[in-house]
Amino acid sequence: MTDIASTPLGPKTGPETGPETGTKDSKPPLQHRKVKNYSRYERFWHWSQALLIFLLAFSGFTVHGTIRFIPFEKAVMMHDIAAFALIFLWLFTAFWTITTGQWRHFVPTNAGLWAVIRHYLIGMMVGQPHPYKRTLSRKQNPLQSAAYFAIMTLVGPLLWLSGLAYMFYSFWAGNSGNHDIFNLVVLLHLIGAFLMVAFVIGHIYMVTTGKTIFHYTRAMISGYEDMELTDAEVTYLETHEPDRIK
Amino acid sequence: MTDSSRRRGLRRVCCTLTSSLMVAIFVTFSGSFIADMEVKASPAQATEANASTPSDASRQVTGKEPGETADHTKFEILQQDFKSGPEVTKACLSCHTEAAHQVQDSIHYQWVFANKTTGQTLGKRNVINNFCGNVASNEARCTSCHAGYGWKDMRQPPPKEESAVDCLVCHAPKKYYRKFPTMAGLPITEPKKFNGKDFPVSDLTKAAQSVNLAQRENCGACHFFGGGGDAVKHGDIDSSLTNPPRDLDVHMATDGGNMACSACHSGSGHKWPGSRFEMDAKPVTRDADGKSIPSYQIRRSNKTASCESCHSDAPHQGATLEAVKLNNHTDTVACQTCHIPEFARGGIATKMLWDWSTAGKKKDGKPYVEKDDNGNPTYNSKKGTFVYKENVTPVYAWFNGTITYKTDDDPLDTASPVVLNQLHGDASDKTARIWPFKLMNTVQPIDAESKKLAYMHLFGKDDNAYWKTYDWGKALQAGMDYMSKPYSGKYDWAKTQMFWPITHMVAPTEQAVQCGECHTKNGRLEGITGVYIPGRDSFGILDWLGYGLIILTIIGVGIHTAFRIVTRSKRQS
Repeated sequence: MTDIASTPLGPKTGPETGPETGTKDSKPPLQHRKVKNYSRYERFWHWSQALLIFLLAFSGFTVHGTIRFIPFEKAVMMHDIAAFALIFLWLFTAFWTITTGQWRHFVPTNAGLWAVIRHYLIGMMVGQPHPYKRTLSRKQNPLQSAAYFAIMTLVGPLLWLSGLAYMFYSFWAGNSGNHDIFNLVVLLHLIGAFLMVAFVIGHIYMVTTGKTIFHYTRAMISGYEDMELTDAEVTYLETHEPDRIK
Repeated sequence: MTDSSRRRGLRRVCCTLTSSLMVAIFVTFSGSFIADMEVKASPAQATEANASTPSDASRQVTGKEPGETADHTKFEILQQDFKSGPEVTKACLSCHTEAAHQVQDSIHYQWVFANKTTGQTLGKRNVINNFCGNVASNEARCTSCHAGYGWKDMRQPPPKEESAVDCLVCHAPKKYYRKFPTMAGLPITEPKKFNGKDFPVSDLTKAAQSVNLAQRENCGACHFFGGGGDAVKHGDIDSSLTNPPRDLDVHMATDGGNMACSACHSGSGHKWPGSRFEMDAKPVTRDADGKSIPSYQIRRSNKTASCESCHSDAPHQGATLEAVKLNNHTDTVACQTCHIPEFARGGIATKMLWDWSTAGKKKDGKPYVEKDDNGNPTYNSKKGTFVYKENVTPVYAWFNGTITYKTDDDPLDTASPVVLNQLHGDASDKTARIWPFKLMNTVQPIDAESKKLAYMHLFGKDDNAYWKTYDWGKALQAGMDYMSKPYSGKYDWAKTQMFWPITHMVAPTEQAVQCGECHTKNGRLEGITGVYIPGRDSFGILDWLGYGLIILTIIGVGIHTAFRIVTRSKRQS
């Protein structure tokens, strides 16, 4: 597979004009085309991860005693198995992200971050267009990148490292008579869990802020998304990656 | 978009979604299913091997392999018409030359237990418990459970003559031999009434000829009836264990392990380990390098078998997540805690409360007994008020095997119930585990001034015996005088408690306590301190910060949605 990030076109960041005017830039007209932004593996990763996180939250907060829809022992089993599945999925996805060069989409950047935040807070209320134009090399806006990067590098590892320590506590600290470490492990795991739940709520909400409520959801299911492409981008895709453009 | 490309798109959508869901669901639930497979603990083969011999399937498994070399009906010395217990003992000793002094050197005869850990000298001879209190001054009644004959004074050591050892109480079938309840350990050979009922007459000759290794009923003749009646004292030891079903006790069940008491309490030289005065709450199962010690070394003849002796410290077998999880508990939770869900399960109620202070009421000038719907006494003029219970959930506590007793010399702090046998161990103690107990509550007499436990003189023919004249003042004075203890002459009542470790009536694996019974708020382990129990505990304020974060997120989303809706309708108008 060709490295998407190796397109000759650098990322565009930020609006060409101030957000107040709301006018389009005066560049050559862009083509509306359907582009396959999410490969089959990426979609599989996204949806299986989503399901596992739901199972983990459901069973985890059962273990914690917050909810009681299933017996404790069933929740523990569900939680541990889903945890192993998710860790495996993450490890494989990390490998996939690195080998395919997809990691470049997730590197956080400050450029245009404030413009995006301002858009979500004010701009979208007054009908301004989204300040960030997604490109083939940066399919996520700066706010998305920052959030996903934080989840994948901070909250995720916090959860599964503390989770593994929790699960295998008896093997590395058992019989010490010192239960303080255990308390700390549980606390860290719980902090991670709360952060993850808050992220998921925010994430699901942000998904609805597309052109239509289900615009982004549909893209993550089919893989294809409406994009505005320059002639150069269209030519590149049609020449080198004809499968990615309709 | 063409039709074919739309179909392709649809197919892609379906494939993506279903494959993700299928994989995640399959992985999660296949794992759960595997985890559901029954985890069996299979004891070491050694105990299976001598479970029963084809020739005698009813035989109980003891610490010894079956295979007698002697038929006691053929011994001439046993073919005489025995008139008394000591006569039989003499006959026994003519062959078993060492038996008497072995027995006389044991706790069953001496009623003394020296606790090396606490330095206390305990045993029946010295301890005041919160059932019948004290043996002293009530000897002939209490010593009906002495493994000898004629010990009538606790202030003196037990009888020294070898013929005073009682062989038959442990070695003869109960149908041929019974000690009479008020005769300091002697049986009756002529008809005699006890409590208005005919008491079984012992056939000493048949008893002598049918001796055997001690069966459950032999140990049970005393141990089932501790505290003055069947099931009264321990809660997990009563006559339902004579021939229990598997549901009641997997090890002793006639259709289970059919083990005699000595299968676990296996010793030698007439010394049987396993006293409650000092216990092994957490057997050492691994050497310094963490290597598992073979079971035959865990179980030495001077130590009671623990669960670990046969089941190891990783008893839940199978390469399942559940087995691993459960085995992770064995360092902090005693096996008994999960595997004895309730005690007094054999259909016989155990005494949970005993209030001596209400004793002495009369109806028509006569002492009386009241019973509840189940036929358990709720009041007895001789003893006061009772509460009996069946199928009792234990209380749980950290326990490292060491117990300190309140002695007759300890002033008691009666502001709250006094624990007469203080358990040692807590969450930070490596040698402690969470154990199940029967908690006995009693109201019993103390010296009102010194606040020390008072000796009760209950049984006897003299006018000071409480069961004769119902006068606490006289009875307590007599008890204290008997023991030469200083006594102010004024008595008071104190609430006392005792912890009785629960370790018998092990239920079949499928009846073990479920995880959620402890891993929940207000569950079985609500009172256990010093350790975080998932499902029971939380981090208080930190928990609420987390819930607050989630609530704020939802509120933020709500406000944002509201703004979107409002501004959109404004733009549209």
